[in-house]
Amino acid sequence: MLRDVDLELSWEGFAVIAGASGSGKTSLLRLMNRLDVPTGGTVAWNEVDVANGDPCELRRRVGYIAQHPLVFEGTALDNLRVAEPALTRPAAEHLLGRVGLGDKIDQSAATLSGGEAQRLCIARTLATAPEVILADEPTASLDGEATENIELLARRLTDTDGVRWVWVSHDPAQIRRLANTVIVMSEGTVAAVGTIDALRGVDHPAVHQALGAA
Amino acid sequence: MTDTGTITGVGLALSAILVALTLLISAWRRLGLERDIVVACIRAAGQLAVVGTALHLVVDDDDPLILSWLWIVVMIAFAANTTQRRVGSDVRVTGLAVGAFGAATGISIAVLFGLQVFELEGRALVPLAGMMVGNSLGATVLVCKRLVAESTEHRSEIEARLSLGLPSTTAFAPHVRRSLRQALIPQIERTKSVGIVFLPGAMVGLILAGVDASDAVLVQAAVMFLVLGSVAMTTTVMAIGVGARLFTGDHRLRMPAGTTP
Repeated sequence: MLRDVDLELSWEGFAVIAGASGSGKTSLLRLMNRLDVPTGGTVAWNEVDVANGDPCELRRRVGYIAQHPLVFEGTALDNLRVAEPALTRPAAEHLLGRVGLGDKIDQSAATLSGGEAQRLCIARTLATAPEVILADEPTASLDGEATENIELLARRLTDTDGVRWVWVSHDPAQIRRLANTVIVMSEGTVAAVGTIDALRGVDHPAVHQALGAA
Repeated sequence: MTDTGTITGVGLALSAILVALTLLISAWRRLGLERDIVVACIRAAGQLAVVGTALHLVVDDDDPLILSWLWIVVMIAFAANTTQRRVGSDVRVTGLAVGAFGAATGISIAVLFGLQVFELEGRALVPLAGMMVGNSLGATVLVCKRLVAESTEHRSEIEARLSLGLPSTTAFAPHVRRSLRQALIPQIERTKSVGIVFLPGAMVGLILAGVDASDAVLVQAAVMFLVLGSVAMTTTVMAIGVGARLFTGDHRLRMPAGTTP
């Protein structure tokens, strides 16, 4: 449950939402693509209240990756066509190539490894050409190597295609590796916002916990 | 007992030997169902007695047809109420069920009597409508329950589709399909096996009442097609309606009652 959240974000690369379990990270993320709506106040993208627009259009501009890789029935190509039914095979191959799955287009999505499945989810989200991708602890269910691969992929998409992320994490090392901006949540509200360097000077238990030992 | 089509009070009492056998099985296997069996049988006998008396007032040749129509309206109201009770309070379906049963009954009656498959009289109207509504009830409850269960058990999958910008009807379509299949397959199986695995009640009743077997078969075939069509219509209307009720107007999946995101 969120309360008294007053947050204005302007960022490049990765805005990481950090905080302990139950601090409101996922709740905040779900407001951003209108999977949930606030009981009071507004949520705006580019200064436009999301309540006034088409939610389907919003969700195509603001993509979402869940914590557990969730693939649909069928092949990798079928999965991409859920997002974009008119996607041609060459376009799908290009999209899968961007996430390192260029040779998996006809493979059943159910047979992919956890890391591959999460990369397919990222490709599926990219199919709608989003401005921002919301990622809810996208590596929490993956092993170390798969986590590293997903982080590398996310960085590459940012560096080459300018993809911006709102990335939820409670892993201090990952936060330090990725974050350009950190939003620290505590007990349902925003405890602090800033760059890692700026937050080093903030004396708040949730900030200390989020950033961990330097 | 007398001739084939009638049965005396003594005959009914003797047939209750089979109820005693059921009670013995329940007691022997410690099923704890003895009380339920007795209550069910007494209720069934009482309800049939009341219905039999009431049917006399409706289906006799000189009774006005309006009474038959009223009977059908009451039947639909009861079926809708039963559907709501069995589905629970997670989703309101009473009005929708009235519409679904009403539409299916209306279309089926229009086909059967409009095309003169049967002659329009209370004697045909009430039992046929009863077959439609009664047989559709189970499938209607099943499809509603399945849809509610799908919306909670597969919440992540549905929200993954919504997050790709799909409208709620498209995001929920695979679950509607699965629920409809589950609700329709039992009736399709019954239709397939009729006459081989079981002899349906309408046909048995007609034969016992002395109707020629080939005539009874024709009536039964028409009834089976009627029931299949009405099950398909009611479940489809309910699936579309319940599917819409599980989402908000801005394409968000509603939270189940008593939960928070």
